Amino acid sequence: MTTASIRRGQNRDGWLFVAPAMLLLAVFLAFPVLMALWVSVSDWRGVGSPFSGDVGFVGTDNYANILTGGSLQQRDFGTAMRNNVYYVLLVVPIQTAVALGLAVLVHTKALKGRGFFRTAFYFPSVTSAVAITVLWLFLFNSTGAVNAMLGWVGIDGPNWFGDARGIIHTALGAVGVDAPAALTDHRALGITWWEWLAGPSFAMSAFILLAVFTTSGTFMLLFIAALNNVGDEVEEAGMVDGANAWQRFWHLTLPMLRPTLFTVLTLGLIGTWQVFDQIYTGTQGGPAKTTLTPAYLSFQTSFNSQRWGEGAAIAFILFAIIVVLTLLQRWALREKS
Amino acid sequence: MKHLHRTGPAAALAVAASLALAACGGGSGFDDSSDPSTDGGGGGEAIQILIGSSGDAETQAVEEAVAAWSEESGTEATVQAATDLAQELSQGFTSNNPPDVFYVSTDALAGYAANGSLLAYGDQLANADDFYPTLVDAFTIDDQFYCAPKDFSTLGLVINTRLWKDAGLTDADVPTTWDELADVAETLTQGKVVGLTFGPEYQRVGSFFPQAGGSMVSEDGSEATVDSPENLEALDFVQQMMDDGVASYSSTLGAGWGGEAFGKELAAMTIEGNWIAGAMQNDFPDVDYTVAELPEGPAGPGTLAFTNCWGIAAQSGNQDDAVSLVEYLTQADQQLTFADAFGVIPSVQSAAESYAADRPEFQPFVAGAEYAQNPPAQEGAADVIADFNAQLEGLEGGDPQAILESVQQSMQAVVGQ
Repeated sequence: MTTASIRRGQNRDGWLFVAPAMLLLAVFLAFPVLMALWVSVSDWRGVGSPFSGDVGFVGTDNYANILTGGSLQQRDFGTAMRNNVYYVLLVVPIQTAVALGLAVLVHTKALKGRGFFRTAFYFPSVTSAVAITVLWLFLFNSTGAVNAMLGWVGIDGPNWFGDARGIIHTALGAVGVDAPAALTDHRALGITWWEWLAGPSFAMSAFILLAVFTTSGTFMLLFIAALNNVGDEVEEAGMVDGANAWQRFWHLTLPMLRPTLFTVLTLGLIGTWQVFDQIYTGTQGGPAKTTLTPAYLSFQTSFNSQRWGEGAAIAFILFAIIVVLTLLQRWALREKS
Repeated sequence: MKHLHRTGPAAALAVAASLALAACGGGSGFDDSSDPSTDGGGGGEAIQILIGSSGDAETQAVEEAVAAWSEESGTEATVQAATDLAQELSQGFTSNNPPDVFYVSTDALAGYAANGSLLAYGDQLANADDFYPTLVDAFTIDDQFYCAPKDFSTLGLVINTRLWKDAGLTDADVPTTWDELADVAETLTQGKVVGLTFGPEYQRVGSFFPQAGGSMVSEDGSEATVDSPENLEALDFVQQMMDDGVASYSSTLGAGWGGEAFGKELAAMTIEGNWIAGAMQNDFPDVDYTVAELPEGPAGPGTLAFTNCWGIAAQSGNQDDAVSLVEYLTQADQQLTFADAFGVIPSVQSAAESYAADRPEFQPFVAGAEYAQNPPAQEGAADVIADFNAQLEGLEGGDPQAILESVQQSMQAVVGQ
């Protein structure tokens, strides 16, 4: 028997072994994705099969409805994008920094009870998103624990989940800056530039804190694993060269954590663009749509408004955004030789 | 080349598998409705009922009524309370396996009717002529009476009797005009208690529109009339009360809805519907209250009416039984039982007299039925209202004219379709 024929047999067996997994992937992943893609370019109304004869192809109409025309749908999508952009811009860097900081802390050999702290920091990640959102609603109630604590230091806390003002608008308002006409007269995705610059609302800020609180623990674990792989000798070599602790961290440890950093940032980016559970259980997009996100809008558009094509189209736009941003980030963090 | 050979069989397998599964998926899920008319003749199939319940009291009352019908008719029926009615209904329709009978709200009706998921059975009902005409209107599209009104509710002015007396007010002070409303609200605003509260939504604030002579859409439903001087006057009045600190949104007070703010005595008056009775009884039994009709505005009395109907799925395999069930659930006796159980007003006129006689304290809600306005129900109007609500949240310190203009635009896009 030649090696080639042996390998041929191995090939066939290999495919046989992975076939069940492939089958499952095809049925539960590939097929629904293709189906949704079809729905996004069809006029399906949510009754019966999208592949039945009376469902027509409408080309890019659904996409156009969301992206152009100044309709309510476009305004909602623009608002959802605005909200989510702030969410991503704040959550991803903060959760990465916090996770890295915690990892470095609990990695220090001098720290007593490291196991306890690791568990404590990781704990929020294990609890269910729904339970922790409900907890958050209580904590950030206008008469809740957070505002009570702010009261101790003399701050009159906002009505977190009822206040629709953006924090940038609020800050600008405090120093007397009002909407300039140049920004209110021009629109992008149906909402004015001034609205784009609103910043996250107080409700969204509470969700941002929630996300940092729940995900930092998970990413801390990834960083701990990576730190364990950075040998002590690197650290010692730095000391010999006379680098102080900050220089050793910044110039030696951090560059060696680059692959993990990439993973954490990518996972963070994907997770934050898909934020849904908290919105669904917490605020349903309110107050005044300031916690509306594309993922929730997609659900809302499909199930509540019966606009299935547009709902699917939003999902695919979201998919495209995630892919493009991940590629961009990959390019930005590439190893420069 | 080798690489190609490796992926070849995998891709083929995946495609074949997905096709095979798509095929059997189609067989069992998408296309099995067959022709509903062929097996619609009371085949004795169990009837599934999905309700968007307001709470245990309502669920239990519906369960009992359905059980009584089952006994009488010999057809099995099961009741399920949905956690998210719109989502669960949509799942039912897309998989061709919807519940037979379910609640339909006025704002969802047009969408379901347009995509053919609803059976227009209204005219088949023996008691079709007994429903209030405005309710029949609310569920009629293109002269097709789609579904039987389940019950209805209107908004009234709910007053905390203790705070009212403490402020030195008497029965003679119950406001009948906007000015009087603003006055008593000011008198009642003391310390942490605000005079009047209501939810930050069209479904409450909008009750001022008909009082000023305004509306959301023209009588024949062909034109949006959101941006009108009347509506502006109404919003200005509401905004003025907020600016004066005598009225507040329930959300500003940290409550989920007007009834909660009222029950916690954060406010002395609220604008709510008759469903508040159940909530007060369950959650705040120690708070005494009375109900008055909403005060008249410059154009006279006005309030909003809310109603649901019993929808029957066009895909249901058991339509005859479903219609007979709905007939049973909407008869006067049964509706009076529901009224006792969870505070709704019967939708049939034959129950009105007995209802009003037994519940004098609800008289203002019933009186509202005479002049109540239905919220717009055009297909897509629900999204516009949701957007309106979002903008109304910013009414305090916002620009009422700008709000009305933007809602006018989106409403016109909906009615102009």
